[in-house]
Amino acid sequence: MAQNITADAAHGHDEHHESPVVFGFWVYLMTDCIIFGSLFAVFAVMRNQFAGGPTGHEVFELSGVGIETAILLLSSITYGFGMIAAHDNKVSTMRTWLGVTFLLGLGFLFMEIREFSHMIAEGNGPDRSAFLSSFFTLVGTHGLHVTCGLLWMAVLLFQTAGKTELNERMIGKLTCLSLFWHFLDIVWICVFTFVYLMSVI
Amino acid sequence: MKKKILPRLTKLVSLSSAVLLAGCTWDTLDPKGIVGLQEKNLIMTALFAMLLVVVPVCILTLLFAWQYRQSNTSAEYLPKWSHSNKIEVVIWAIPSLIILFLAVLTYQTCHSLDPYKPLEAEANVKPIHVDVVALDWKWLFVYPDEGIATVNQLALPVNTPVDFRITSDSVMNSFFIPQLGTMIYAMAGMQTQLHLIANEAGDFQGESSNFSGRGFSDMRFRALAMPADQYSAWIEKVKASSEQLDSASYPKLAAPSEANPVEYFSHVDAGLFDEIVAKYNDGMIMDKSTGKMLHVQQSAMSDMNMKE
Amino acid sequence: MLGKLTLSAIPYDVPILVGTFIGAAIAGLAVVGLITYYGKWGYLWREWLTSVDHKRIGVMYIVVALVALFRGFADAIMMRSQLALAYAGNPGYLPPHHYDQIFSAHGTIMIFFMAMAFMQGLMNIVVPLQIGARDVAFPFVNTLSFWMTTISFLLVNVSLFIGEFSQCGWLAYPPLSEQQFSPGVGVDYYIWAVQLSGVGTLLTGVNFFTTIVKMRAPGMTYMRMPVFTWTIFCTTVLIMVAFPILTVAIALLGLDRYLGMHFFTNDGGGNQMLYLSLIWGWGHPEVYILVLPAFGAFSEITQTFSRKPLFGYKTMVYATASIMVLSLLVWAHHFFTMGAGPNVNTFFGIMTMVIAVPTGVKIFNWLFTMYKGRVEFHATMYWVIGFMITFSIGGMTGVMLAIPAADFVLHNSLFVIAHFHNVIIGGVYFGYVAAMNFWFPKAFGFKMNEAWGKRAFWFWLVGFYFAFMPIYVVGFEGMTRRMNHYDNPEWHPWLLISAFGAALIALGVVCQLTQIYVSIRDRNLAENRDLTGDPWNARTLEWSTSSPPPFYNFAIVPTVHELDAFAHDKEAGIDTRKVGGDYKPIHMPKNTACGFLIGAFSFVLGFGAIWYIWWLAAVGLIGIIATVIARSADNDVDYYVPVSEIVRIEQEHSRNLMAAQAAE
Repeated sequence: MAQNITADAAHGHDEHHESPVVFGFWVYLMTDCIIFGSLFAVFAVMRNQFAGGPTGHEVFELSGVGIETAILLLSSITYGFGMIAAHDNKVSTMRTWLGVTFLLGLGFLFMEIREFSHMIAEGNGPDRSAFLSSFFTLVGTHGLHVTCGLLWMAVLLFQTAGKTELNERMIGKLTCLSLFWHFLDIVWICVFTFVYLMSVI
Repeated sequence: MKKKILPRLTKLVSLSSAVLLAGCTWDTLDPKGIVGLQEKNLIMTALFAMLLVVVPVCILTLLFAWQYRQSNTSAEYLPKWSHSNKIEVVIWAIPSLIILFLAVLTYQTCHSLDPYKPLEAEANVKPIHVDVVALDWKWLFVYPDEGIATVNQLALPVNTPVDFRITSDSVMNSFFIPQLGTMIYAMAGMQTQLHLIANEAGDFQGESSNFSGRGFSDMRFRALAMPADQYSAWIEKVKASSEQLDSASYPKLAAPSEANPVEYFSHVDAGLFDEIVAKYNDGMIMDKSTGKMLHVQQSAMSDMNMKE
Repeated sequence: MLGKLTLSAIPYDVPILVGTFIGAAIAGLAVVGLITYYGKWGYLWREWLTSVDHKRIGVMYIVVALVALFRGFADAIMMRSQLALAYAGNPGYLPPHHYDQIFSAHGTIMIFFMAMAFMQGLMNIVVPLQIGARDVAFPFVNTLSFWMTTISFLLVNVSLFIGEFSQCGWLAYPPLSEQQFSPGVGVDYYIWAVQLSGVGTLLTGVNFFTTIVKMRAPGMTYMRMPVFTWTIFCTTVLIMVAFPILTVAIALLGLDRYLGMHFFTNDGGGNQMLYLSLIWGWGHPEVYILVLPAFGAFSEITQTFSRKPLFGYKTMVYATASIMVLSLLVWAHHFFTMGAGPNVNTFFGIMTMVIAVPTGVKIFNWLFTMYKGRVEFHATMYWVIGFMITFSIGGMTGVMLAIPAADFVLHNSLFVIAHFHNVIIGGVYFGYVAAMNFWFPKAFGFKMNEAWGKRAFWFWLVGFYFAFMPIYVVGFEGMTRRMNHYDNPEWHPWLLISAFGAALIALGVVCQLTQIYVSIRDRNLAENRDLTGDPWNARTLEWSTSSPPPFYNFAIVPTVHELDAFAHDKEAGIDTRKVGGDYKPIHMPKNTACGFLIGAFSFVLGFGAIWYIWWLAAVGLIGIIATVIARSADNDVDYYVPVSEIVRIEQEHSRNLMAAQAAE
């Protein structure tokens, strides 16, 4: 969906108006924010509905989650470096930073999938209790967004291959993905705080 | 086309007026208990308060449209006029005042008609307790004080407050006796409360007012309000039944059935209601007085298969 | 290989469905045959199905809405006739399994595919023209939104002939809609149809919000925006706030059903009331999403045909904005009877009632717009006056339901049904039909037939009162909604009257179809042609361009100096429509099949998931992703209209305009 909007980078652009793409994408992110807000609310309602199953304290491993958090925060910084390079029209530097971001995102995703499969293997899957249903759904939705972001990043890396300069449309796309990626970072900080830390404490 | 419609129309009009003349009972507007009566009065008060503005608006709409029709060139025409502070004040004030009045009424009635609030009864009248369980697609009434239970028939002594506890052992339903007033949802794993009273003897319709699936239309019961002596006799009649409700017979009763006939059970396991609530809560139930979670003895329910 | 899908999913043993299928097949073949005979496939594909022109997308939305109206209304007729028959031991002709699908489909179709599609169609046709823009912010997203809505409607209709539809009502309350109680594919059809159309609607919201914020003509400040645009603006905000909540609610229900999670189940710690909170967190804003644009249309029509500016423009704007905010704070009034305690109920009750204040003010504003005007009884004004009276009554019963202690006896009764049909037919539907009559000449260049329009109005109005006033009565008699049969003798006569009313409304629908037919037939008659672009002597910018407008809307983007810019230009004797001026090449988007393709793949994804045919669902998903990537790689998405082309189009319009002015 994110791509659909960027695909219109050149549209609606005429003499009288600046391109609405970044603004439009930002508005779209706000609706995404409401999706996450609703999922957080659902988690808040379900956080003690263990139904005889394990509590957060029993299933979460904070050390792994801490590393995940560090990786994702770092990826936001590397993406930021990428954007600086993009604005300076240094395409290959930008691509390098984007590549680093991609690998960090992949690492985050790998750790998350490992955590999930570990929990499911122990019988603590999303069908165990309402608490776990809401946990898997909230964290999984974030993971799904990260996956989409990675796919998007791969597409942009592919599309900028061999380019020596970036046109306005490509800058627009990179800016939108940047908004998306930072947004996912913010959501993750909330996940880390409200889901992991508060369940363990 | 019109020829066909007209006779049908006249037939229907005469039919409906005949019904009106026969003095049909509009259940909600013909209450037989104090709760329902207060609710009827509330509806009427609100209706009349709003008609005070709705009727003039309807008349003014037609009046203005007609008075300022294009062909009426004698009427005043102000092609630029589009603002008036005086009119603005009036049109904000009128609806605001009515809503203010209704808001006060809402606050008062929300508290006075709170379904969880016990009714104030006359001295020496002790309320009776009835536990209601919504099943697919019938109502189970448990009289914990008498140790009896019935299906699709609810007997109540006149002028005696009735304290209901309501739950469901299936999907969501809503427990409703229109002529007595307030309805409350029946939800699995939760217990809701309701206080009603019948101030007149009678045979009232009771129903589920929340769609619950295939057999919903026949999920009805009769609420029989009767004088104290008849009520005692009714209890005796139920106690004389050969049927009993225990862990063995309950699953059979709880299995889906449509248009279930009235059934009487001379004995019911104590705590059946709590167990039905608790089985969806991992064996826990909230104690009404203390607000603490208690473990319910699962003896009777241990072999009661939980619907997955 | 085919998941749950077997031959037994085809309901060839239900005569009604077989008949419907044969009818639909004949009609479908006739349409396909005619298009083929006239060789119009290429035209249809190039100019319509792949169009990114907001006006054409708008027309297609309204065509879908009218088809949905037809389908939803057929359901309504079946329900009313079932209840007229199924009395005192007579089971009627619809067994619960079928009847329950009908009322579920009726609500789902009327809200999601009739009203929402109609509303999006109107905003597509009108808003860019009203704000002096050449297109929407994201033309490709616009065609995508359209196709998501359309394929979702198709999914609902496929459920008629393959499998079944949901039997849980239009909001599919759990636990009834959970796998345990509804193991069939009906609820899955519901989930996928609602979810996919919700994506389309959400994108429409983002798109039009951005359009209104970013693409208004120079000089058009917020307080110079036409009222219709204001209502659409508030509607898009509500869409963006409410539809994500719907997405979450339906997704969680889907996770319960597909992956055995425990959000709303009876066991495992699930909480069914959470679903009610979420679904009504969307559901109540939704009714304002629908009705605000109708209010906007009524405002435009009333001021135009009263020959006077709208009374209290600012009040109207503030009232609309306050309704927008308040509508987000009232959702719990849909379940006062869950036992939430008096303080919670008081809060939500009073918040709900407060909405009646700005709404009441709006009614007064329309009243005083007519006051000291010159009211022309055009067919659209009939709908306006019918609306003002009907909606006042509906609003009144709404406030009655907002009082919790009154709701304790009226909740879920037919009184509620009567109330919301009173506001949705009397408010939303009357408004959309009036709007269609009003803006029809703008979209097509010829007016709709008025005589048939007025006939349709009278049948709808009288039919409405016959159909729904008795429903209020049976509500007071304690009849609950969604009953399939009954044996209470007091209900029967009222339900007969109601069925009669439904028959009258059916005649209204027939009149509307006739109106469309007659209008198209007589389109070339001189009195029906709209050569000036301003057939009603109206006030806002959309009437300053030709009818139908050129694909770029305005050769020169107008500059706005006050509210009702076009009316002021006309009064000042400035004719902006004269040819001339300094044309520049116009930047326009190219048509694209990507919206259609993503829609088609979404249909495949939905159908595969409904029937657990996972390879098919994967094909759909991969198809969607591949189309999106291909679209993002396509750099050939726009072009410039050369000045010579603009001059040619504008000169033609100018000739028409002068001929029309000479004829006057």
